[in-house]
Amino acid sequence: MIRTQAILLKNGRIIDPANRVDKKASLLVEKGKIQAIFTPRQKTPSLPKKLQSIDLRGKWIVPGLIDMHVHLREPGEEYKETIETGTRAAAAGGFTAVACMPNTTPVNDCQPVTRLILEKAENAYARVYPVGAISKGLQGESLAEFGEMKQAGAVAVTDDGKPVTDSQLMRRALEYASSHNVMVISHSEDYSLSRNGAINEGFVSTSMGLKGIPHIAEEIMVYRDLALAEYTGCPLHLAHISTQESINLIRLAKQKGSPVTAETGPHYFSLTEKDVKDYNTNAKMNPPLRTQKDLEAVIEAISDGTIDVIATDHAPHSILEKDIEFDQAANGIIGLETAVPLALALFRKGYINAARLVELLSTNPAKILGVKGGSLEIGSDADIAVIDPEHSFVLHEKDIVSKSKNSPFIGVKLQGKALLTICGGRITHNAISD
Amino acid sequence: MSSEYLFAHKHILGLDHLSVFDIEHILNTAESFKEISRRSIKKVPVLRGKTVVTLFFEPSTRTRLSFDIAAKRMSADTFSISASTSSTTKGESLADTAKNIEAMMPDIIVMRHPSSGASNYLTNRINTSVINAGDGTHEHPSQGLLDLMTVKEHKGKIKGLKVAIIGDISHSRVAHSDIIGFSKMGANVFVSGPATLIPKKISRLGARVCTTIKEAVNNADVVMPLRIQKERQSDPLIPSFREYATFFGINRQILQVAKPDALVMHPGPVNRGVELAPDVADSSQSVILHQVTNGVAIRMALMYLVLGGT
Repeated sequence: MIRTQAILLKNGRIIDPANRVDKKASLLVEKGKIQAIFTPRQKTPSLPKKLQSIDLRGKWIVPGLIDMHVHLREPGEEYKETIETGTRAAAAGGFTAVACMPNTTPVNDCQPVTRLILEKAENAYARVYPVGAISKGLQGESLAEFGEMKQAGAVAVTDDGKPVTDSQLMRRALEYASSHNVMVISHSEDYSLSRNGAINEGFVSTSMGLKGIPHIAEEIMVYRDLALAEYTGCPLHLAHISTQESINLIRLAKQKGSPVTAETGPHYFSLTEKDVKDYNTNAKMNPPLRTQKDLEAVIEAISDGTIDVIATDHAPHSILEKDIEFDQAANGIIGLETAVPLALALFRKGYINAARLVELLSTNPAKILGVKGGSLEIGSDADIAVIDPEHSFVLHEKDIVSKSKNSPFIGVKLQGKALLTICGGRITHNAISD
Repeated sequence: MSSEYLFAHKHILGLDHLSVFDIEHILNTAESFKEISRRSIKKVPVLRGKTVVTLFFEPSTRTRLSFDIAAKRMSADTFSISASTSSTTKGESLADTAKNIEAMMPDIIVMRHPSSGASNYLTNRINTSVINAGDGTHEHPSQGLLDLMTVKEHKGKIKGLKVAIIGDISHSRVAHSDIIGFSKMGANVFVSGPATLIPKKISRLGARVCTTIKEAVNNADVVMPLRIQKERQSDPLIPSFREYATFFGINRQILQVAKPDALVMHPGPVNRGVELAPDVADSSQSVILHQVTNGVAIRMALMYLVLGGT
């Protein structure tokens, strides 16, 4: 790990929606903190002697990105990813913090596992916020110890990867979590409808002979969870929203004032079921890629605020789980290193402005999880991403930092890249010399 | 057939990939090979020295035997492997199994596998010709082709005929290949059955969906009930075979609305008394055994053509 140093980020475009800032300016990092932000016309503050000065004309300087939905696979599946490799991938993608899902082996359903993750994360390349399980062992039967996990450092609870099938358990989870001020994240899926499904149910699943996952499998559970949130008045965050009707339901719930937030993944606004070409298992995930109509609804929800967060659901799998028959292959794709260019595509097409992009990838996840970051406040920890919105590149497998390479974007031309990532004043990723 | 036509497929994965010309060429080639099976010495040397491996991950009697007989009548050497489905964690992966077989230099691998797309998967990992003998609920091209051959033989044409496929369309790779094949060749395909067994958007594959089987069978030239599979019953699709037979089975009575000379076909094996009444299965309208005979000719043609025969 590189030592803390003084860094001057010169003449970039500083975009900090939390402080309503969008201006050309320079930013000084010293002693791990954001010391000063000043425009060319303002007086330059006194600069330390030993200073790394980087000219960032045309580049964006934004709060470090926060991915509130990743699978780091440690403990238990270190051959897919570790906390070290996963946070390296995060840093390479402009992220300074990640929230890691509890479906590890053992499951993060108690204080010792939460502590183990945080110990392993001490020297990681990004801040790691463990998310605990809702139910013990993800079995969907009894509540895990939210209070103790929170004490150890967990920021939220979820059974992600699986739905909480029992409605009473979900209700109690929402109520009990509110007592500990812990966010509940729902993986909304009616498993009886989606069981054994491989891709979205429709013409593509029929013509490929694959068992379908109907969009209603998501929507029925989204409705249930929204109803529980409204009834209990307890906050709820919905993970990986992928369908039009889910969005309609969330929009309605928000209009009624329910304490709900929602995220989607970059793949849901970049790809459709038609991209599952030639049984490519790197386009297999849960929820599955949907239709053009759903994609358009997701984009609309991102721009109108119905969706609060872009989170990648970074789900590393090795070729053992992916280079096999399609129906046998594991669900999930990696996402940390492609989130920036994919989100920037929405910006370039005019669906969102730059400030909104930063909200989706940093400000809002910080708020929802109640963690630091998400802004460029003077005096705060220097968690910063520098983005080159123009840089074009073709994603090659060999350039992927994550230990697993299961990306449907390999070979695809992308535009936009994290050039520099600074976490707590330390440079965790530097592609400026590239 | 234009003189420049060349059969250019190294693999047979499904009817989806074949053009009308390809299908006509396969049917014509099969027609010319059919006579070989009627000779007293049922062997020609066209594939002498070639090796055909049948790799079956699902039980099969007729398809496997049919490929085996077809290969031997062409003088190829055949070897069968029955493999249990490799799970993702234990046992050998499909790619490894196939690469090991390939290392022994076969010319064709004929594969049946419970996963849709398994044959497509194989062609991306090995160079040997692959013939799909049924992959999951995706395609069963040799069955689709032998059905086309049988109809053409009895009706003299395919174009303009009404073909009714009745039953479990969702889980039938035969229905898939038949819908694609018959539509491609200009027939009008109608499907019907309990709504639990009709897949989403099947009409975009070329089939018209009828709510009653009477509507589908009405004035049909071909009536093809599909096997109702007991092994699918983990999903509640039909309440009982008895009720299925009453409402969706093909019997004398329902057949009366079809054309008087309608063909009754079935991809086998038949559940007598469930999807097909025994007396209909054995009637003069039934061409079920002709399908089986033609299957050998079609498979001879496929193996001949993928190895560069013209």
